[in-house]
Amino acid sequence: MFKGIGASSGITIGKVLLLEKEDIHIQRTTIENVEEEKDKFKKAIDISKEQIEVIKSKAGEEQKSILDAHLMVLQDPELITSVEEKITSKKLNVEAALEDVLKTFISIFEAMDDEYMRERAADIKDVGQRAMMNLFGKEMTNLAELDEPVIIAAHDITPSDTAQMNGEKVLGFITDIGGRTSHSAIMARSMEIPAIVGLGSITKEVKTGDLVVFDGNEGIVMVNPEASIIKEYEERKEKEIAEKAELRKLVNSHTVSKDGRKIELASNIGNPKDAKKASENGAEGIGLYRTEFLYMDRANLPTEEEQFLAYKEVLKIMGQRPVIIRTLDIGGDKELPYLNLPKEMNPFLGYRAIRICLDQKYIFKTQLRALLRASVYGNLKIMYPMISSLEEIRQANSVLEEVKQDLQKENIDYSSNIEVGIMIEIPAAAVISHMLAKEVDFFSIGTNDLIQYTTAVDRMNEKISYLYNPFNPAVLALIKLVIDNGHKEGIWVGMCGEVAGDPRLIPVLLGMGLDEFSMSAASVLPARKQIQGLSYEEMQKVADKVLEMNIADAIEAFVKQYQ
Amino acid sequence: MISKTVVLKNDTGLHARPATLVIKEASKFQSNITFIKGTQESNAKSIMGLMAMGIKKGEEVEIKVDGPDEKETLDTIIALFESNFGE
Repeated sequence: MFKGIGASSGITIGKVLLLEKEDIHIQRTTIENVEEEKDKFKKAIDISKEQIEVIKSKAGEEQKSILDAHLMVLQDPELITSVEEKITSKKLNVEAALEDVLKTFISIFEAMDDEYMRERAADIKDVGQRAMMNLFGKEMTNLAELDEPVIIAAHDITPSDTAQMNGEKVLGFITDIGGRTSHSAIMARSMEIPAIVGLGSITKEVKTGDLVVFDGNEGIVMVNPEASIIKEYEERKEKEIAEKAELRKLVNSHTVSKDGRKIELASNIGNPKDAKKASENGAEGIGLYRTEFLYMDRANLPTEEEQFLAYKEVLKIMGQRPVIIRTLDIGGDKELPYLNLPKEMNPFLGYRAIRICLDQKYIFKTQLRALLRASVYGNLKIMYPMISSLEEIRQANSVLEEVKQDLQKENIDYSSNIEVGIMIEIPAAAVISHMLAKEVDFFSIGTNDLIQYTTAVDRMNEKISYLYNPFNPAVLALIKLVIDNGHKEGIWVGMCGEVAGDPRLIPVLLGMGLDEFSMSAASVLPARKQIQGLSYEEMQKVADKVLEMNIADAIEAFVKQYQ
Repeated sequence: MISKTVVLKNDTGLHARPATLVIKEASKFQSNITFIKGTQESNAKSIMGLMAMGIKKGEEVEIKVDGPDEKETLDTIIALFESNFGE
């Protein structure tokens, strides 16, 4: 039994395919035939290029650009001449020469003060490994053409691995390194396959062909377990499949409580691909499109056209269903190296989100232009993040108005009925929500930040994580205040934080009168099932009772019965 | 051999995208092209070399071209810098 970090949920049972990449032992020798050595190098490079071209022909757009960069590294004249130079002048064998040159380049990139550039070191490692394997005449496991379904065990899963994987043949990942936000974890979740990462040295403990079972929720891997355990996992897996099938039946149904209260169940997304998944999972709208991902992992601001295309795609996927697109929310824990923002003592209380947008208006205007242009393709709603005062709403709206006028002058169409709303995630905004409600079309409560700001708990600080608690009575009182104030002014109120998809709190939020719940795509169907089984009238009483309670733990224990 | 000094104007420096453009253009010519910044220099056909120089906004780069098509080569590379790499 091995313990790691559960990175993608689900139960899986299958045979291991061990990706052996780390095991090449490079010896340094003095060679005699320089030409022969150089020839070996040239062949290894040529084969690597061919392999990448093959992978590229089957890859998606995102992966293609990574692979293009890999091809450019392989053909890099400095790389080639440096290796050849070492062979010629030092009479070094090609393997050692390549290793030395790669190390030099990797260390240059790893030492850079720019995170984006540091990440390029991984690309060089990745492509260097391929060339090295080819020098040894070992073929890298061809993940594109697996004969039977396997669980992949690897030190780490790299972008070029996932680029070539046939999702249907991969039953799960287990890796030595990584955390919940590493490439391997993110890819596993997006491919919807179970994964456990950060297992330490699992690649030393398993070999190809071993039978492995694990539950991605638990983070525990069992290798060649007894028959009784295999049977247990098989039963759990069957149950999981049956439950999923049961939930699938709810894809096209409405979210209505037993006594007829209709709710909108929406999904949080980061890109158009997520929108497809949300739609497949029965989301009735997009409650939060986090546009910052368009700005991340790149060297420059996305152009208006790039943004327009992404927004348009999401709007078209969702058709007439509402799509709330949040304007850029950068800063805090999300950095954009190319904006060269100074390091701050308290980034969560600092220069971020709407504060940046109202200061660097060209960034904001580009985004608003793209949004307005895309608005004709669906049901767009615009949402400003990190609002703490009425002035900010007015300023943001006046920029929006300017952009609208620009478009009119240029005869560019945009929808005439775009709702504009705000995130309520700063206690100040919650407290004056009766004032803010008069100037916006909707509220969406962002609980992740609202909890952290209300309780003065840095949600990244593990020492005080016990204080970061959605059952905190002050947090629940603020949520109720915001919903009531919104309704008094005739606007609807939604929620797009983690809490909205939390089965423990859904009954309370329903009772408080929340109109829209936005959550990850995977939570939509379970939430629909839950709400269909609840009575709104009864939950109103439950919510009232909860609001009278004064201890978080007691509230948590009390609401358990409605889960 | 001819050369000219230019100032990098794009906000994000010579990152992957502009560097890729330089290489794509540079590879169309036979001449040797060298970028020089202070004491650092790099072959302009090398992605790793160019990116490792870490050229930032406002920094001067000397572009040195040597070869049969040097005039045309230099003009093309300068034009790239002046167009801000299409950004």
